Amino acid sequence: MTQENFSARRENQAQPVETEQVQVNTTGTSAGVDDLLDEIDSVLESNAEEFVRGFIQKGGQ
Amino acid sequence: MDRRIFGLETEFGLNYVPSDGRRLTPEDAARHLFRPVVAWGRSSNVFLNNGSRLYLDVGSHPEYATAECDQLLQLIAHDRAGETVMLDLVEQAEEQLLEEGHEGRLFLFKNNVDSAGNSYGCHENYLIPRKVEFKRLADMLIPFLVTRQLLCGAGHLVQIEDETKFVFSQRADHMWEGVSSATTRSRPIINTRDEPHADAQYHRRLHVIVGDSSMSETTQLLKIGATDLVLRLIESGEIYHDLRLENPIRSIRSISHAFTGQTVVRLMSGDEPTALQLQWKILELVKGFVARHGAHHDQVERVLELWERVLVAVESQNFSLIDQDIDWAIKHKLITGYAAKNNLGLDSHRIAQLNLTYHDIDPTRGLFHLLRRRGLASSVLDPQAIADAVENPPATTRAAIRSKFIRAARETGRRYSTDWVHMKYEEGEGGVVLCKDPFATTNSAVDELIEMMRRPV
Repeated sequence: MTQENFSARRENQAQPVETEQVQVNTTGTSAGVDDLLDEIDSVLESNAEEFVRGFIQKGGQ
Repeated sequence: MDRRIFGLETEFGLNYVPSDGRRLTPEDAARHLFRPVVAWGRSSNVFLNNGSRLYLDVGSHPEYATAECDQLLQLIAHDRAGETVMLDLVEQAEEQLLEEGHEGRLFLFKNNVDSAGNSYGCHENYLIPRKVEFKRLADMLIPFLVTRQLLCGAGHLVQIEDETKFVFSQRADHMWEGVSSATTRSRPIINTRDEPHADAQYHRRLHVIVGDSSMSETTQLLKIGATDLVLRLIESGEIYHDLRLENPIRSIRSISHAFTGQTVVRLMSGDEPTALQLQWKILELVKGFVARHGAHHDQVERVLELWERVLVAVESQNFSLIDQDIDWAIKHKLITGYAAKNNLGLDSHRIAQLNLTYHDIDPTRGLFHLLRRRGLASSVLDPQAIADAVENPPATTRAAIRSKFIRAARETGRRYSTDWVHMKYEEGEGGVVLCKDPFATTNSAVDELIEMMRRPV
């Protein structure tokens, strides 16, 4: 931790969080859709019910 | 107002998912998340170098309030910078938890409801002239805000009479009043808490708490850009048709629940337009105003084009016109496509998970970001603008003074405190400077405080 900021990233590591936008040419075709759905499945936590039910917080403003 | 100060306050949802079965309460997770903040600023309520405020709010919600902005794209960049700051904290917290033997993942959601139906907000602040009569402003603004969900709702799944339906807004079902001073006990559309953080003789703060948080920068552009235009119309004193609603709260819910925009809204005048007709009417008034007075910034045309395109899309039910630009439409396409392909009902757990994970701010795992990476959701900012906003204040507002003061205090290691208007040096003879003008970018009294800090005590 530096005095400057509490960020863990050092200057040379400070990369923009944004990753470059990739235009997938197959988007819209059924191969593109399947590919998209596969990627979605690969990033989701496996137990959907537990994941959703586990997210309970008190209300805010 | 040609120049207006804007600010966005975003409360995030927080969830820790253990890999080893050892759960953390939201309070514990929030405490871990804010550990670096407390170490940095000796408090869980701090102002950062970029002029923003970072804190833990009611219900252990991490909250990021942007610094004062005076331009639309600048505001969007500073709001997105808040997500970067939060992601950095998540990364540190996960590492720290692992060292303590907790293996798991911390999720932050930029949304407005948890799974039990508790709500938390995205508050918009607009500086308005004191001379505008507040009741007249509210009368004219509320019909716009009640129907604005068509333009910028985040989309949500709600159970209505035993059927799970896709609705426009997350927040609509959690609003209870038109105008009041409450924020948690009974949420109003407009909150009357009048903390201008500026000279109260000339300014007032309009605090709008009805909006959904935006994942899409394009949706954010329309949300704030259109609201600013409606405010300008009201501030100009030009009278427009009396659009006051008979029951704003009943209307906001029924509009959210009918995905056609055809909900009939009863006005106090006895007229019964649909939500769409009300929006068309307001857009027409705003366009006339812009035609007479000219565009006051370079995004006005883009805002008006988007606004009109959304109304056409809802009216024709051809959502493909906006399904890369508007949160509810992007999410609707994602969810209906996934449900159809996998033969799932909207009431399935997997679909509820998609509805939630759309708002995950993690750039690799969050579904909005996944779509954006694939070119299926639009952006308005150069990513570099977000990285810059993490480090630097808006150069055109008082945030520049606060940032300079905080940096100097930390460089010298002197004790200081600050809020939106006060810069206080707490050592030696010390001193406090009140910065009442949110448009000022320099302040000689603050410069003197900084000089004082640099001298031996």
